[in-house]
Amino acid sequence: MELFRLTISESKDLLDKKAISVIDLVNSIYRRIDAVEDKVKAFVTITKDKALTMAQEVQKKIDAGEIQGNTLLFGIPLAIKDNMCTKGISTTCSSKILFNFIPPYESTVTSRLTGQGYILIGKTNMDEFAMGSSTENSGFHVTKNPWDLERIPGGSSGGSAAAVAADECIAALGSDTGGSIRQPAALCGVVGMKPTYGRVSRYGLVAFASSLDQIGPITKNVRDSAILMNAISGRDPFDSTSAPVPVPDFTAVLGRDIKGMKIGIPEEYFIEGMDKEVERSVKEAIRTLESLGAIPIEVSLPHTGYAVATYYVIAMSEASSNLARYDGVKYGLRSEGKDLMDMYMNTRAKGFGAEVKRRIMLGTYSLSSGYYEAYYRKSQQVRTLIKKDFEDAFGNVDVIVTPTTPTAAFKVGEKTSDPLQMYLSDIFTISVNLAGAPAISIPCGFTSDNLPVGLQFIGKHFDEESILKVTYAYEQSTDWHRRRPDL
Amino acid sequence: MKYEVVIGLEVHAQMLTDTKIFCGCSTKFGSEPNTQTCPVCIGMPGVLPVLNRKVIEFAIKTGLATNCRISHYSRFARKNYFYPDLPKGYQISQYELPICEHGHIEIVVEENIKRIGITRIHMEEDAGKNIHESSTLGGSGGGGNYSFVDLNRAGVPLMEIVSEPDIRSPGEAVEYMKKLRAILRYLGVCDGNMEQGSLRCDANVSVRPAGQKEFGVKVEIKNINSFRFVEKALDYEIRRQIKVLEEGGRIIQETRLWDSARDITESMRGKEEAHDYRYFPEPDLVPIMVEQKWIDEIEASLPELPDIKRKRFISGYGLPEYDADLLTSERAVADWFEEATASYALSVSGPKVVSNWMMGELTRLLNEDNKTIEECPVRPSQLADMLKLIDKGTISGKIAKTVFEEMYKTGTGSEVIVKEKGLVQISDTGEIEKAVDDVIAKNQKEVERFKAGEEKLIGFFVGQVMKLTKGKANPQMVNELLKQKLSA
Repeated sequence: MELFRLTISESKDLLDKKAISVIDLVNSIYRRIDAVEDKVKAFVTITKDKALTMAQEVQKKIDAGEIQGNTLLFGIPLAIKDNMCTKGISTTCSSKILFNFIPPYESTVTSRLTGQGYILIGKTNMDEFAMGSSTENSGFHVTKNPWDLERIPGGSSGGSAAAVAADECIAALGSDTGGSIRQPAALCGVVGMKPTYGRVSRYGLVAFASSLDQIGPITKNVRDSAILMNAISGRDPFDSTSAPVPVPDFTAVLGRDIKGMKIGIPEEYFIEGMDKEVERSVKEAIRTLESLGAIPIEVSLPHTGYAVATYYVIAMSEASSNLARYDGVKYGLRSEGKDLMDMYMNTRAKGFGAEVKRRIMLGTYSLSSGYYEAYYRKSQQVRTLIKKDFEDAFGNVDVIVTPTTPTAAFKVGEKTSDPLQMYLSDIFTISVNLAGAPAISIPCGFTSDNLPVGLQFIGKHFDEESILKVTYAYEQSTDWHRRRPDL
Repeated sequence: MKYEVVIGLEVHAQMLTDTKIFCGCSTKFGSEPNTQTCPVCIGMPGVLPVLNRKVIEFAIKTGLATNCRISHYSRFARKNYFYPDLPKGYQISQYELPICEHGHIEIVVEENIKRIGITRIHMEEDAGKNIHESSTLGGSGGGGNYSFVDLNRAGVPLMEIVSEPDIRSPGEAVEYMKKLRAILRYLGVCDGNMEQGSLRCDANVSVRPAGQKEFGVKVEIKNINSFRFVEKALDYEIRRQIKVLEEGGRIIQETRLWDSARDITESMRGKEEAHDYRYFPEPDLVPIMVEQKWIDEIEASLPELPDIKRKRFISGYGLPEYDADLLTSERAVADWFEEATASYALSVSGPKVVSNWMMGELTRLLNEDNKTIEECPVRPSQLADMLKLIDKGTISGKIAKTVFEEMYKTGTGSEVIVKEKGLVQISDTGEIEKAVDDVIAKNQKEVERFKAGEEKLIGFFVGQVMKLTKGKANPQMVNELLKQKLSA
């Protein structure tokens, strides 16, 4: 078997047994990248030289017996979304305005991964500043869905999801503001998890919408997600919004029985106009869960209909402020002008793409005096109601199950002219970010066009364990996660 | 027509914390540009603020000292605007829920106590500094003109202290500023240095016909950076506004800048150009929850504040109001006074004697050297020792001035100086009598005139005797002996 096909746990087994070397593994990944990257275009930056040097160092340590058995990721090649700062390695957010930005500091998540011995393979493509659902908003290039190169991989973590699906890395990190991990994971047929807001540090994650952003794993199976969660979770003194909540061993629940587990099915998520094939796959998945002993229970999340509007007001408002620092003064692109104002305007006009500009303008508008009450404050009030919907529902059930997306992957260019249609592809994932809850998407079938369909499980705050347990049980009884695209 | 002036002040006070408000960088003033910065205060992509707990403590201290209500739940907000010295494109400040509200301080106006309301005190980060320079060296704008940005100050913690529009004259404004500065310095939360910019003041000014209830249109004046300018800028602006009204004009709501070189205020921007700061709650910071227990602890640790100390100096030490005012304007001065008095403690008049020396000789010497009381070479107990020498008759009050000057110069104790310089007062009757006889013998003409009734000549004789004894004769004894002998 080709080494690039391995999962984290499989790689670790073989490395531990010294059946393979880190160098073999890393070389295999780069051979795979050489073979398929032209078609998939998942990466913005490939860090081959650094990775090979690192692989040699790690291997030396293994040979010298210096590696302690408890490191989670020693020698494991991972890809990182290009909005997480990596010291000395270009971090662009797929934006022209940061085309030359090399961070002088390391994000908390990547420094935790470094502590576990990971090897950085490259930085993955994304919608510019994580604004988008198709990776078509990248300032550099469009990433393709490995299952059908005519189609989008989803977004904004489209590069990370496509790289995992195409075996261009063993696993990856993405970030999720309104579905940016789960939606591309669903469309690429891999596992993607958004942890509870506050579970993982945001320090070093280039902010899109601070109250919604969360980093999480994109992996080939549920166990790998649990392993990555073990590596990146926990309170960080550099992020005041990271929660002082104990971090369990997320792999401990894998394999536990789900008999008697109450699974909520929100009526608002099974709507008219939902793709029939998606609906069929999700309903079939619910029957499988039932056969494993889970108890489906109807629940209601009555404010679901307001989620998209609420989300976009809040996310754009925060973004309009978060992106003010890209002004040509300190780093990144500067486009000269006749005076300061001119320089600001030229820089931002050239540096930002159309979607980013649209969101900055709408966000600025929502926060303006005279509109604040009607838009921003009202959205915060609705957000509270949406959060309460989940609290109420979780009074009766352990987890909630929904489709991850209303349709499978759409064609490149299909929705670019209609932002509203594009925004609606996040309709099932957005509420979760507003509530701050954890959620995970796993493969649950394929359409007749051989496109993956995703199943979403939503958990209570800081109860990632329940959704990992139930998805693992489901995964073990199905074969969807073993399928790989033909490339 | 008679006009009434309405003034409200917004004071920015830099807090005396060791590190910045949201990162670990030093707050030291005057370092090389951009040497006290890190990714957080430079506003790099991806960084997050972490609140310095000391900043909350300082704000609560100030709130308690100005009779504010301390909020148990308070929030930071973002104030959005573009400027090169503002690295994130927004300032983290407070807006809807400030840490302190509804306070007041008292000032003395024409011997009456007047209360000036404090609307709110909030915490925020300072911006950096733009340094504008013209140069032919490259540059970027085409004309060779460019600016530098120094971010050392970016992220230094500030308190904004907003007063109610209770101030009715430039003099009151100065009194308010002085009292506020004294409180901040007593608390040790701000050094109050207006010239270095650690205490800054913006003023909202309006005038209205006396008796009118509604406020006039207000004008904001920025860039007032000394006590002198507070008075000058307000004076100018009030005269300007009254003139406009007298000439039948209308005041425009605007922001004006005080130009201290030309002694005028100049329009900076009108209401239409006013920024819309788009405040919203800072999502990168959690709300600040302050428990009553912490407030109580801080309250218990507050020093005695100027007003209370002043009252105590009057009632406890029997000092006149004037002395008490001066001695309590600075905590260190008051401490110096109390230490000297405690160590002297001879008579009921002791405190006033100490006060006289402090307000006289000590202040004069410190002013000449441009030194503060903290840098005073004489220790309080040394002044007390010297005063005891006067009381014992070892030195005269006059010689004491010489001794004190020497103490100030060398830091040596008075007894050593008196011994080394042979300044011990002559109280030996024989020695003094000899000198008195000498003077009488040599000045017969004056003796005649004295005997003829020109009694003020006694001063002349005393002076002559003192001259002869190099100032060391006990003046009281000289006086008595002279009177005896001249009237004999």
